[in-house]
Amino acid sequence: MDIATLAFSALYQFGDAFAFLVLSACGLAVIFGMMGVINLAHGEFIMCGAYVTASTAHVGLPLPLAILSGAIVAALVGALVELVVIRHLYDRPLDTIVATWGLSLIATQGTLIMVGSTMAGVGTPFGSFQVGAYSYSIYRLVLFASALGVLGGLYALFNWTRFGVLARATIQVPHMAAALGVDTRLIYSLTFACGAGLAGLAGGLYAPTMTLVPTMGATFIMEAFVTVVIGGADVFLGTAPAGAVLAVVKSGLTSWQGQLFGQIGLLVAVIIVVRILPKGISGFLLRERT
Amino acid sequence: MNGLPGFLRRLEGPQTIGRGPAFWIIFAIVLAIACAYPLFSDGYTVGNTVYFFVWVFIALSLCLIWGYGGSLSFGQTAFFGIAGYSYGILTLNFGAAYGFTLVALVLAVVIAALFALLLGYFMFFGRIAGVFLGIVTLAVTLMLERFMAQTAGPEWRVGVARLNGFNGMSAMSPLTIPWPGGDIVLFADIGLYYFVLGLLVLVYLGLRILMNSSFGNVIVAIRENPERAEMLGYDVRKYQLITFVIGAGLAGLSGVLYTVWGQYITPSSMGMTAAALPLIWVAVGGRSDLTSTVIGTLVVLAAFQALTIYGSQYALVFMGVLLVLTVLIAPNGLVLGAMNLLSRLVVHRGKGGV
Repeated sequence: MDIATLAFSALYQFGDAFAFLVLSACGLAVIFGMMGVINLAHGEFIMCGAYVTASTAHVGLPLPLAILSGAIVAALVGALVELVVIRHLYDRPLDTIVATWGLSLIATQGTLIMVGSTMAGVGTPFGSFQVGAYSYSIYRLVLFASALGVLGGLYALFNWTRFGVLARATIQVPHMAAALGVDTRLIYSLTFACGAGLAGLAGGLYAPTMTLVPTMGATFIMEAFVTVVIGGADVFLGTAPAGAVLAVVKSGLTSWQGQLFGQIGLLVAVIIVVRILPKGISGFLLRERT
Repeated sequence: MNGLPGFLRRLEGPQTIGRGPAFWIIFAIVLAIACAYPLFSDGYTVGNTVYFFVWVFIALSLCLIWGYGGSLSFGQTAFFGIAGYSYGILTLNFGAAYGFTLVALVLAVVIAALFALLLGYFMFFGRIAGVFLGIVTLAVTLMLERFMAQTAGPEWRVGVARLNGFNGMSAMSPLTIPWPGGDIVLFADIGLYYFVLGLLVLVYLGLRILMNSSFGNVIVAIRENPERAEMLGYDVRKYQLITFVIGAGLAGLSGVLYTVWGQYITPSSMGMTAAALPLIWVAVGGRSDLTSTVIGTLVVLAAFQALTIYGSQYALVFMGVLLVLTVLIAPNGLVLGAMNLLSRLVVHRGKGGV
């Protein structure tokens, strides 16, 4: 009985950490894996999704639709950003980092000016349930399920659809894909929008659980970066296993020494992994396979 | 310039803009104006100029690592903060007697450099480069900010120095130079001004010599093509690590001087915004040249301060727009672009005259 509740508690915390890491990282991972571009405005797309979700929920839209609208708006903003800025910088990856950082600064401060320093949140739905002496939020389980759903959806998108085939062709040999008549620019735009939309989705999903402030993106990006660095360029072979490994580290250290140590553990893990596996988990797995 | 000893001849060379008597005459005039300037100005303005100078060091460190070395580091503010906090802890514990503040300055810079050595070992010897380097250093910086921000409780102390969480540390001693007949205390006006100006000139000239030496040429060669540099027999990792550590030391110097200047340091000096600003100065100025970096930093800082009158949020939005536009339109930096244009015009005119 005691061991069972303890095990459930550990599992619950693992699931919570896993969902957070995967959801916050997959948008970044899609963009990085496909285009080699690190989007430092990733946190601001998350913020955008959360803000849109909260505003539409206040108007009266049911929460799932509100979250969806957040994701869609973030994707549209992403497409616009790609068109105006990112498109011109594909051959200069370091400059993309710098430019997206500029965008992040503009977005954070712009939101602060236009919306104010905070925004009314949305209540966490579904209430809680009891296992042993502790109560757990049902919504956290929904988040875990969403993380698995997003991974499954991405797998289906990149393996079973025409877009997925064209996108993978474009990553492998862009010039050959272009020669065969693939509009690689369009593929890049769509991929960037997809990544931004996933960030918006993460923001929408987490909007009911946190306070909405213009700097909320910073809460996500460290975890997102760490997951992508450890995972490497592949979403399925990288982000998912990296999320699982890091979730063990984070939930273990958090329940042992508190949240700060969970985050420090993540950082130490990334620095050590970078030394041992410079191309991340997916680089390691792919090398083993070939 | 022929009679100069060997290393002074390195003051000009392929890696730095500005050569010949004309450049050095302008340099001497600017230096003379900088030296005479406090005589014609009030204490507040001089203190404010010191504040500008303090930031030039961190900009130069980024110029070295990013512009010359080609590795984008977001960790400069982390080293800045580490050195600032170290100086605070050291002087709050040991006081300012017998010139200890100068020792504390050196120790704080060394601590920041040692931290960079540790971090840099893992990164460069793991051979990560490009975008990953940026992410890892950014993650370290954000982590440090979060760590310092939660040290508000009384249990977070080193000796008598409380870390104080988000409120930061304050009331550390200003720099004090022991002098027969009474110590000279450098408060944030004329005294500190000459001290920082002297350091700045030394660092600027020192970096010019370093960059035009064989070490600097190897660093640039690595930036241009790491594989080629390696084939030529250079251990790329070592050179990158040394550059990173020197840069961290400079950022640390900036942090110590900042702490000395305001006699306080807070975790927000390591946050996202704080980390973005040096990047903007260097990118706008022209990251691959020392002189452009110095000029760009001072100009952008002055513009930023002028804009802050209308609210710091607006000023930051403007900075973001400036950064994005610079990257899109003038990737080499505005000041560097202007200087190249100017020198081309001068050369053209000279040829036309002859």
